[in-house]
Amino acid sequence: MTSYKPVIGLEVHVELSTNSKMFCGCPADHFGKKPNTQVCPVCLGLPGALPFTNHKAIESCIKFGLALGSRIASFSKFDRKHYFYPDLPKAYQISQYDLPLCEGGSWTSSAGKLVRIRRIHQEEDTGKLVHAEIDGKKVSLVDFNRSGVPLVELVTEPDFDSVELADEFLREIQMLVRYLGISGADMEKGSMRLEANISVRPEGATELPDYKVELKNINSFRFLQKAVAAEIARQSEILEKGEKVKQETRGYDEERDRTFSQRSKEEAKDYRYFPEPDIPPLELAETQIKQIRSSLPELPGAKRTRLMQILPANYVDVLIADPGRCEYFDKAASLASQHNISPKEIAGVMVNQNLDREFPEPVGLIKKLLELQNVDYASASEIELAIRKVVAENQKAVTDYKSGKTQVLGFLVGQVQKELKGRGETKFVVSQLMQELQH
Amino acid sequence: MLSNTDILHLAALANLDLTSAEIEKLKGDLSIVIEHFADLKNLNTDNLMPTSQTTGLINVTRQDEVNPDSILPVSSATSGTDTHNDYFVVSALLDKDAI
Amino acid sequence: MDIPLTIDELHKGFKNKTHSISGVIEQYLSRIEAFDKNLNAFVTVTHDYARERAKKLETILADNPNAFEEFPLLGVTMAVKDMYLTRGVRTTAGSKVLESFIPEYSSTAFERLEAAGAILVGKANCDAWAHGSSGENSDFGATHNPWNLDYVPGGSSSGSAVAVSSGMSMFSMGTDTGGSIRLPASFCNVVGLKPTYGAVSRYGVIAMASSLDSMGHFTRSVKDSEKIFKVTRGTDGHDGTLRNADYAHKNVKKIGLPREYFSDGLSEEVREKTMAAVDVYKKAGYEIVDVSIPSTKYAISIYYIVMPAEVSSNLGRYDGIRYGNKRDSFGAEAKRRIMLGTHVLSSGYYDAYYNKAMKARTLLRNDFDKVFTEVDALIAPASPTLPFKLGEKMDNPLEMYLADIFTVSANLVGIPGISIPAGFSDSGLPIGFQLFAPRFMESSLFELGNSYQSMTDFHLKTPSL
Repeated sequence: MTSYKPVIGLEVHVELSTNSKMFCGCPADHFGKKPNTQVCPVCLGLPGALPFTNHKAIESCIKFGLALGSRIASFSKFDRKHYFYPDLPKAYQISQYDLPLCEGGSWTSSAGKLVRIRRIHQEEDTGKLVHAEIDGKKVSLVDFNRSGVPLVELVTEPDFDSVELADEFLREIQMLVRYLGISGADMEKGSMRLEANISVRPEGATELPDYKVELKNINSFRFLQKAVAAEIARQSEILEKGEKVKQETRGYDEERDRTFSQRSKEEAKDYRYFPEPDIPPLELAETQIKQIRSSLPELPGAKRTRLMQILPANYVDVLIADPGRCEYFDKAASLASQHNISPKEIAGVMVNQNLDREFPEPVGLIKKLLELQNVDYASASEIELAIRKVVAENQKAVTDYKSGKTQVLGFLVGQVQKELKGRGETKFVVSQLMQELQH
Repeated sequence: MLSNTDILHLAALANLDLTSAEIEKLKGDLSIVIEHFADLKNLNTDNLMPTSQTTGLINVTRQDEVNPDSILPVSSATSGTDTHNDYFVVSALLDKDAI
Repeated sequence: MDIPLTIDELHKGFKNKTHSISGVIEQYLSRIEAFDKNLNAFVTVTHDYARERAKKLETILADNPNAFEEFPLLGVTMAVKDMYLTRGVRTTAGSKVLESFIPEYSSTAFERLEAAGAILVGKANCDAWAHGSSGENSDFGATHNPWNLDYVPGGSSSGSAVAVSSGMSMFSMGTDTGGSIRLPASFCNVVGLKPTYGAVSRYGVIAMASSLDSMGHFTRSVKDSEKIFKVTRGTDGHDGTLRNADYAHKNVKKIGLPREYFSDGLSEEVREKTMAAVDVYKKAGYEIVDVSIPSTKYAISIYYIVMPAEVSSNLGRYDGIRYGNKRDSFGAEAKRRIMLGTHVLSSGYYDAYYNKAMKARTLLRNDFDKVFTEVDALIAPASPTLPFKLGEKMDNPLEMYLADIFTVSANLVGIPGISIPAGFSDSGLPIGFQLFAPRFMESSLFELGNSYQSMTDFHLKTPSL
């Protein structure tokens, strides 16, 4: 039996978390809102309406590209992509065809495997369809609150040779857009959506297969794992029988753990792109791109490298998954350094005790830690050691004390506390010290 | 000269239901107009950039601000159309795959 | 005519109290009542709306000493092509598809005109979706030429041209995608301005071909044309292709006579009247220079590729789901253009047609840019023929398309053009000539237009109805 290796390319859609929509002033945050309450002539595609580009959305798309090492186009434009579907009110989607904002770029896995990015472009989201039955009749319901929300599409080269690699990539992408602050990238809310192009070839083959199957409607990482695995198995089986795999679009049936064919609409896939006449093109000057680049926050990769030098790997993994916690850690660690508290200790109480949730401000956490520390007195033996050391090193003061100058006691207690980094319980230290001085 | 198949293909792309009389008429009409385009075929346009807009404007953008004034009240956004609980109603879509 | 012909004349009457705003409105409404059954220039007449507005403006006139400065179009009647969205007033685009469409918002141009004091008397008939050169292609019936009811008024802004020509409105708004203002203006003896692309907002106007559509207007005098333009032009935060130009005036010295516009197909009578206009300019001291725009011969092909492509895209949204009727309600011409546009954009044909046309468009643009380094303006006939009889070209789409031969270039290159009455044929039909200027040099057109109208009186002639 031949062993087959998958060839996978990914398309990732990310909804941007801007205030307003891509081409109009309606709110972009549509999740859980009453249907059709965030719509205007533009995103409803009413006659006479015209698009007006959201500056922040363009900037967000460029940030995404810069973070993945893409070339940012010096000249870019929007195009109209035509197809008929009830969730597409203009019967065209404003997208980008031949001159996307970002081209090229790459990502390297933890095991050092390189995945090439083909392009990242800017477009607008469609409305949302809900299927229902009214008076015994099957109907579809359309909500246009999502229509026109800025959407960024990232397309990779078919460089994934395992579903695990694809999974790692997608998790990193999710983390990246969150760090960039351009999207919540929440799969459940649909603000991050995936499609995978899958084919398989005999192990060791280098040529790309002459077909690909598009796997759609993947709405969680777990789903992706299972769906892709099922599709790889199906294709391998077909090839093993000496048959050809049909190029088509498929969905995944989780209950039966297999993919199924979705009706082929190949004929309708002539999108008749042409340059969008309503939107002047974009020209991005080098200085502008530089400015955006300098506004980028520390990205997960760099952050990981930095944290690995001061924290154990398991702490780093937990913190880095959440840009908010990471930022919290950095702030707390910087405050803590003034109080002789180690970064590792900060990370420890965050990861093991979730103390960062109890104290929304890092200052509060530090206060709490200091309190805890003061309760955490030095042990009796530690104190004994410290006292002996101080007595041995300060013979003059000891002699003075013994000769009746009891006021030097304060000085000696201070020296002991210094040895103990302030962790000595004062009363105990004084009584122990006085005992020692009796000898 | 366009064939019946060509016309039907275009009609499918354009979401038009045509009668057989319309198909026949369009076949002739479109072919005549397309023939007229032959003059462009011999024009050398190798060193020309395409013009899709004439204004010369670039980078026309707006600040990322919500404009509550432009939002249509749901009653008027959906006026005169079939609605159900504020949704627009369309006939059931058997094919859930078109995006 | 029993009504004032220009804004100045109207305002003088208001100032002298020889007529009131409501009185003038009634005069116009009764003219519409009397003439429009024969002309069919209106799809919807807005009686109540106009009367109510007139009342409001009368209080302004009575209370505000600066009324004429603040409301430059105070009490001026307007007809608006049924492509312009008017909130609460049915807007059909001349098509059965939108026969019951009542828009929820208004076009920028209409809002600005209303804010300037103009009063809407009705929505003007037009070729459905602005597709047509004759005015016969409306689903609400053909519009007739007031100078001879057997003849077409020209299209597609047919009703707008006729409303002004026949004194049913003082001015009107039209749209010009390939000549749809200038051609009917020349057929109806009125002034038609097609502004620079990017001068007047397209927001709220039903799109025909988005890279070509210009929002312009019809008046009797060039002076009034300028007044309307001052109200409609400028950015609005909705149309991203607008520019606020300074419109600084530069005196015109040289006028070019492009030889391609005087070729064999040109009607003798049209040539004669256009050359007579050239003589007027010579007399006025302008230098006339022979020039050439060689790529003119490709203009019709470029236009009939670019335009239908954009039409097919813009008409996709009319599916009867959220408003209007289903796609089978499109008329034959709309279907023809949708199909043609779909073809030139479809896979395998894009490069041969659409992309080629976009490149040829650059060539045409370069030719015009070059000629405007030599001259300040161009003069040409507006139409190759006289107005033709209703039904004459209906069955021959290509011949109909060729009626646009002198007008489409201005849209393809985005320059302004104005059509001005130049006299009448032996048969009594109007003839117009047109002027072109560089982008955003409308002031040159107004200078030349005013100069011509100060030396001629064709524009003051009105049809007997």
